[in-house]
Amino acid sequence: MYAFTFHRPTSVRQAANLLGKHEDAKLLAGGHTLLPTMKMRLAAPAHLVDLSQIEGLSGIELKGRSISIGALTKHVEVANSDVVKRNLPALAELASLIGDPAVRHRGTLGGSVANNDPTADYPAALLALGATVVTNKRKIAADDYFKGMFETALEPDEIIVKVTFPIAKKAGYVKFRNPASRYAMVGVFVAKRSSEIRVAVTGAGGNGVFRVPAFEEALKKRFSPKSLEGLTIPAEGLNSDIHGSAEYRAHLVGVIAKRAVAAAVETPEVAVSDAPENGA
Amino acid sequence: MPAVAMTVNGKSVTGDVDARTLLVQFLRENLRLTGTHVGCDTSQCGACVVHIDGKAVKSCTVLALQAAGAQVATIEGLAPNGAPLHPMQAAFRENHGLQCGYCTPGMIMSAIDIVNRLGHDLEDKTIREELEGNICRCTGYHNIVKAIAAGAKAMQGQPAGQQAAE
Repeated sequence: MYAFTFHRPTSVRQAANLLGKHEDAKLLAGGHTLLPTMKMRLAAPAHLVDLSQIEGLSGIELKGRSISIGALTKHVEVANSDVVKRNLPALAELASLIGDPAVRHRGTLGGSVANNDPTADYPAALLALGATVVTNKRKIAADDYFKGMFETALEPDEIIVKVTFPIAKKAGYVKFRNPASRYAMVGVFVAKRSSEIRVAVTGAGGNGVFRVPAFEEALKKRFSPKSLEGLTIPAEGLNSDIHGSAEYRAHLVGVIAKRAVAAAVETPEVAVSDAPENGA
Repeated sequence: MPAVAMTVNGKSVTGDVDARTLLVQFLRENLRLTGTHVGCDTSQCGACVVHIDGKAVKSCTVLALQAAGAQVATIEGLAPNGAPLHPMQAAFRENHGLQCGYCTPGMIMSAIDIVNRLGHDLEDKTIREELEGNICRCTGYHNIVKAIAAGAKAMQGQPAGQQAAE
């Protein structure tokens, strides 16, 4: 790891000022991607801005028909949250599958979303649920947020404050893990809301998370794994590495999407209209 | 060099560290608490697991400066100054839950965290799943799982203050 200066601001404004002042500064949340990357000298920021002392960046709240989750909320908190388990169980399930228990004690929602690793789990949930990324400057729809591998719509001095997830009638997330890294070879998040059905895939795309319109159309006719029978996606543009070829991943997307729909169908429907107005 | 202050095993400690000092380095090299091991140094193997504010974390992936002001518990804090072994340590000895012993401090700190989160009655399947982030290169998992199940039961009725070694 190369040397850096460590900062511990106590407000989002201070953190944004530090980012503005130092060109080569990075935000540190849970640090479970950034620190390993710095150890490998793949990143060498001159300034690290630790967000942990800023109040109000963590917590889970039910607000009408959506769940708002603070950027510094740890994976374990999302996985164990009663609010999330009751209203969006697929999201709690997703968080419970990230890394291992010790990693889930440190890793954060905001860190994962800001990094946009092409094999991370949260991007699939954001895209499938039509979530909104709320920053210190603006609100960004998930559709406009993910810009490709490790690329997002975030500006250099922009900081994620929270993410709001609309509650889906039915949702499911299934991931096929790389057995060594535990990252997704393929992860599929399926969400059925009153207005639309969305299928988002992580892990497979060379350019990060993406939707599968053909699967979404098929599921509109009938929301059942059977609707995806025989459907697959083109291998072109998918990741191909020692863990699996693009063709293998293309096949996996079909298989895992079916399982995600099955998982979504099995969960009891969430009564969105009378979701209890209950905070923590 | 920035100064850092935290509580380790109930004792206030301070030090001047290079900002890039990892918590595990601070524990081992500054405080000479060498019970916490470094295995992979890539947050996968779990040999470096300690508790920060009561939660198991991999101390190779936390900067010492990030732990400023925190309560840190290491394997040394479980049975300080020749006190009787912590029930989880005793269970590892009783069940021969180790071979070379390198992963043991992390296994035990993770095991206590599992009990703190999931209670005293643990199924083998649960223990194996929960040990996802702790690797034993001797592959001695069978007795580790037995030890954790026994240690979890033995921790029942233990005075609350002793549960987490802070």
